[in-house]
Amino acid sequence: MLQELFAFEFMRNALVAALLSSVACGIIGTYVVVKKIGFISGGIAHTAFGGIGLAYYLGINPLFGIIPFSLAAALAIGMLTKKAKVAEDTAIGTFWAVGMAIGVICIGLKPGYAPDLFSYLFGNILTVPSVDLWMIMLLDLLIIAVVWLLSKEFLAISFDEEYAEVSGLKTTALYLLMLCLIALTVVVMVRVVGIVMVIALLTIPAAIARMFSRSLPGMMILAVALSAVFSICGLWFSSLLDIASGATIIIVAGFSFFLVHLWRFFSTFLKVR
Amino acid sequence: MKVPIIECDQLSVDLGGVKVLDGLTFMVCEGDFLGLVGPNGGGKTTLLRVILGLERFYAGRVSVFGGPPGSSPGRIGYVPQRLFFDRDFPISVRDLVLMGRLSKKKLFHHFDHLDREKVDEVMHTAGLERLIERRIGDLSGGELQRALIARALAGEPELLLLDEPTASIDPQMKTTIYDLIEQLKERLTIVLVTHDTALINRYVTKIATLNVTLDLHEPGSTSCSESLTKPLLQNPAFLNH
Repeated sequence: MLQELFAFEFMRNALVAALLSSVACGIIGTYVVVKKIGFISGGIAHTAFGGIGLAYYLGINPLFGIIPFSLAAALAIGMLTKKAKVAEDTAIGTFWAVGMAIGVICIGLKPGYAPDLFSYLFGNILTVPSVDLWMIMLLDLLIIAVVWLLSKEFLAISFDEEYAEVSGLKTTALYLLMLCLIALTVVVMVRVVGIVMVIALLTIPAAIARMFSRSLPGMMILAVALSAVFSICGLWFSSLLDIASGATIIIVAGFSFFLVHLWRFFSTFLKVR
Repeated sequence: MKVPIIECDQLSVDLGGVKVLDGLTFMVCEGDFLGLVGPNGGGKTTLLRVILGLERFYAGRVSVFGGPPGSSPGRIGYVPQRLFFDRDFPISVRDLVLMGRLSKKKLFHHFDHLDREKVDEVMHTAGLERLIERRIGDLSGGELQRALIARALAGEPELLLLDEPTASIDPQMKTTIYDLIEQLKERLTIVLVTHDTALINRYVTKIATLNVTLDLHEPGSTSCSESLTKPLLQNPAFLNH
C-alpha cells in the first residue's frame, strides 16, 4: 500500500515536506509549549494571511508575502507587549484580525477567482513544489543553527525570564528572536497544514513530548518524531479516505493528544486505587 | 570601615500611582546579613527588584557595587520566590543550577566542564548531590528551595539576595534552610526577605522592618553601624564614585 502511494512524485514531495516541516515544528513547538506562547504563534500565523493576499494581488510568489508579514507581526506583537505595555492578548487579537482583513481586501481587489488561497488557509501538502522543499530545508537549518547557538539563553528565558534578566541577558532581544523563529516556522508549516491549523502542529507534538521528557533537547527530539508520525499517518489516511490532508494530520494529532491524556488519567486513577 | 555593597539614599518607588517605597536610606556593607521583614505589600520584593535593576525608581539614588543597579550581574546571586515558575518544566536539577552560571558566560558559548564542576560543588554545599539528575517537578518544596539557592551560588556571587526562601515550607525544612544560609554568611553579604521574624533573630546581624518606609534595628554591636545611622550624603565613601 505505502509503496504504491509513494510511486507518485507529488506523494514523495509531500512525504519529504512532512518530514522537513516536522523538524522546525518540533524544535520551535517545544519553546511555544514551555513558554506558553501558543496564542502569539496563532496571531503571527493569521497575520501572515495579509502577506499571502498582498503577494497574490502583486502576482508574486506567496512566500515573499508570508515571510515579511509573519516576521513583522512577530516583532510588532513582541515589542508592543514588552515595550509599550499593551496587554498581550489585545496586541495579538488586533494583529490577527488586521492581517486577515488586509488579505481579504487584497484578494477582493484582484479580479478573478483565487484557486490557491484555500490551500494556504487549510494547507495542501500534495501540491508542494520541489523549490519549496529546498526552502523549507534552508529554514530548518537556520532554525537548528540559531537554537543550537543560543540553547542556554533560550532555556533561560523560557524557564525564568526574570532570572535571565538578572543574569545580564538581553531578554527582550532574545524573546523577539524567538518570536521570529516562530514566524519562520509558520512559513514552513503553511504549505503543510495551512494558516488556520498551524497552531495545532506547533503545540500538540510538543505538549505530548513534554509529558515524557526531562530536558528541552529530549523534548525537542521526541516532538520532532511525533510530528513526523502524525504527518505521515495523516497523509496516509487522507489518501486512503480521499479527504483533506492538512485537516487529517490535525485530526490524527488531536486524537493522539486525547488518547495520551486519557491513558494518563486512567493510569494515575488506577495507581491511586 | 567595611566596603559598602548596597547604598540607598532617599529611594522612592511608585507603582501605578501608589507609593511602594518612600525615602529609604540605608547601607549594606561587606559581610552584613540583613534581615528584611514587614507586612505583605510592604515593598520587600520591590526593594530587591530595585537592587537587581528589574524595577525603576523615581527618586533617590541607589548604588550596588559602586554602580547603578543591574550593572554587575556576575556579583549578585538571586533566589526568587519559588512560586513564580512552572514546576512541570522539563528540566533537571543539574540544568537548573547550571543556569546560575549564565552571568559568567558569553553569548553563544556553551557550558563546559568547569561550569559542571562548579555545579557539583554547590550541589554538595546545598546537600543535593543525590538529586542532581532529578526533574525539578519531583523535588519537595524544601529541596527545590535549596536547588534555587544552589543556582544562585553557582554564579560565585559576593552578594546573595533571598526572597522568602522559607515561604510555604514545613518548620523542620525551614531550619535546614536557615542552617545552609548560616554556613554562607561567613563568606557572603546577604539580604534576606522573610516572614519568620522570630527565627531570623538568631541568624542575622541586622534587621530592618519595611512598610513603605524603612526602620532599621541592630541587635548587638555591628561593625558597620555608624554608616547606617548617618545620612549617606555625609558619607565620603558614597560621594567618591
